[in-house]
Amino acid sequence: MKIKVGASSCGIAAGADRLIEILESDYSNISTEITGCIGLCYLEPIVDIYDEDNNLFRHVKVTPDDLKEIIENPKSKKTLIKKEDEDILNRQTRIVTENYGYINPEKMEDYLNTGGYKAIGKCVKNLTPKDIIEEMKIAGLRGRGGAGFPTWFKWNAALNSKNEKKYIVCNADEGDPGAFMDRSVLEGDPHRLIEGMMIAGYAIEADEGIVYVRAEYPLAIKRLQKAINDARNYGILGNNIFGIEGYNFDIKIKAGAGAFVCGEETALIASLEGERGMPRLKPPFPAQKGYLGLPTNINNVETLANVPWIINHGASKFASFGTATSKGTKLFALTGKVKKGGLVEIPMGMALREVIFELGGGIKNELEFKGVQMGGPSGGCLSKEMLDLPIDYESITKTGAIIGSGGMVVMDETNCMVNMAKFFLEFTCDESCGKCTYCRVGNKRMLEILKRITEGKGKLSDLELLEELAIKVKEGSLCGLGQTAPNPILTTLKYFKDEYLEHIEQKKCVSGTCKDLIHYIINPEKCVGCTLCSRVCPVDAIDGKVKEAHFINDDLCIKCGKCYDTCKFDAIYID
Amino acid sequence: MCCKNLKEEVELTKEQYLIIDEILNKYQDPEGNLISILQNIQNELNYIPKAVISYISKKTKIYESKIFGVVTFYSQFRMAPIGENLIMLCQGTACHVNGSEKIGETIKECLNIDVGETTDDNLFTYTNVACLGCCSLAPVMMIGDKTYGNLTNEKVIEIIKTIQEKN
Repeated sequence: MKIKVGASSCGIAAGADRLIEILESDYSNISTEITGCIGLCYLEPIVDIYDEDNNLFRHVKVTPDDLKEIIENPKSKKTLIKKEDEDILNRQTRIVTENYGYINPEKMEDYLNTGGYKAIGKCVKNLTPKDIIEEMKIAGLRGRGGAGFPTWFKWNAALNSKNEKKYIVCNADEGDPGAFMDRSVLEGDPHRLIEGMMIAGYAIEADEGIVYVRAEYPLAIKRLQKAINDARNYGILGNNIFGIEGYNFDIKIKAGAGAFVCGEETALIASLEGERGMPRLKPPFPAQKGYLGLPTNINNVETLANVPWIINHGASKFASFGTATSKGTKLFALTGKVKKGGLVEIPMGMALREVIFELGGGIKNELEFKGVQMGGPSGGCLSKEMLDLPIDYESITKTGAIIGSGGMVVMDETNCMVNMAKFFLEFTCDESCGKCTYCRVGNKRMLEILKRITEGKGKLSDLELLEELAIKVKEGSLCGLGQTAPNPILTTLKYFKDEYLEHIEQKKCVSGTCKDLIHYIINPEKCVGCTLCSRVCPVDAIDGKVKEAHFINDDLCIKCGKCYDTCKFDAIYID
Repeated sequence: MCCKNLKEEVELTKEQYLIIDEILNKYQDPEGNLISILQNIQNELNYIPKAVISYISKKTKIYESKIFGVVTFYSQFRMAPIGENLIMLCQGTACHVNGSEKIGETIKECLNIDVGETTDDNLFTYTNVACLGCCSLAPVMMIGDKTYGNLTNEKVIEIIKTIQEKN
């Protein structure tokens, strides 16, 4: 018998670490391994039991008390994964995530056993840098970090930029709130990233790689560092790799220090150089003048993690997935109000509806779907009319949103879209580096307008002002952060204008989110006078005698919602 | 970050100077590695005291203004000490739509501090962070290295109580 426990950050947060402790102390005779996140985050902790004949029994939401039973009887139905949940995995196409759930990310031999590092071997023995770039062109691989720029084009520019010293940089500064695709690669299959970087390095003739990881991912840094050390000890990183004289490549990690703007290439380079992460004008492009003034190629984690697969299976196989212009698969972090949140890898071109309602199982608590936010602070909110859109770069960009790095946050009828726009703008205001006036000041002014609207002080003319400012901020900003910061406003204005109008004209927030526009009211027919609400009210705004209907004094009420959460009789409603 | 908490300029101890020297000696190019140097120092000293900035400047000839600029640019760096347990409440999109704001209110009420402040017993400091990347368990917070998911008001109170009782 063998046991594998999903132990990425999400699994550990759900209690996988405790399970591993128990397995190692009480069941030391059974081999226990950790493995990456298979993407069914809503079912964590997940324990895979392989019996003597190597049959897999996958158990979900396992508690320490369940362990004894599932080890004695792996077929035990109590925690065994349901068919419908298994189907979610079967409907996906796994390229980047093919090893999740199988290999132990902290063991190099596991990666080697899956054919790991064969792709780089094939490259250095049989392919020239130009051949590899041609493969990427046929594969149609485009940057998975947000912009969707063709990978081969960037590599080609870096290859043609002649210099003895060049760098390949991996952007693992996954700053979009609501996204964790890159974390899953770093925690679940770090050697794949190393191999991808080696191939990119070979293709542009760079002998050094740097991974810029955000500091908020301690486990990812730990696992990647271990993978790098192991690869060095094995002779796969370092000098004269594979015994080939003069073939050198090494990788180091640089931890970010918390600045969203560092996801932008030139800001990232400034940060690597120990400076404030401020973007600069392009050209010169990093391929000409990058880290330390030398030719540098920067790719996102997921982009690089696709590369070994393309070399191993062939570019045309990769290109057979997806649409005419968007090839391959894409990882999405499906979160928010979906029933089955997690990580999904789908072929490009799948419809939004299929992802949200079939892979994501639909909306929690049987509420209405309202919108989906794609692309984080640079992206936009799409409404239900767009559910049948295929997910490819062109279709999504046309709507005003972007595929972005792959965050997909689903919202239901209790989420306010004006509030969402405000939420993202607060984020970009915080993260603007302050270099361009439009981004620094324009975003602040837009935030003030949105605040006004959510407080019930908005005017109709504010909407025109918002739109005008949004377009100016887009035009007047140097980098991607400023150029895309107004997208959440523009898309909500376009697809959810009714909500803005309700806030302004009727001073109403139908979703019940904007505190200044809602009132908590007790339904006297449902209230039994249990007094619970009046006891939790922090400002004594609720009056009433025992066993008689209570009422809320709206002038005193601070809209904290404590009474609403506490009432056991659903007697309190929001108007 | 939290200017309210900015303590009067503290003198560094001899041991602290030794720690900083040791860190500086690890890097041949201190200017290019300024962020890593500051990260190491913060790990050792819990924060970046003002005196450290002057000292690094003296030792490396990097302008104080530049070091100050880097320290204040990145949200990871703080110029005031934090309590034993740093509560980082995730404010990512998924956490936001799942009610992280209310969880924040509960933490503040429970500890009687505001964002960026430290409790009087020095046990907790509460901050908000952009996204911890555990979106499917939203709302999420981290205390030290440990991540807590699917938070409810009751759960948060219990977690804080457990830590308080341990001390």
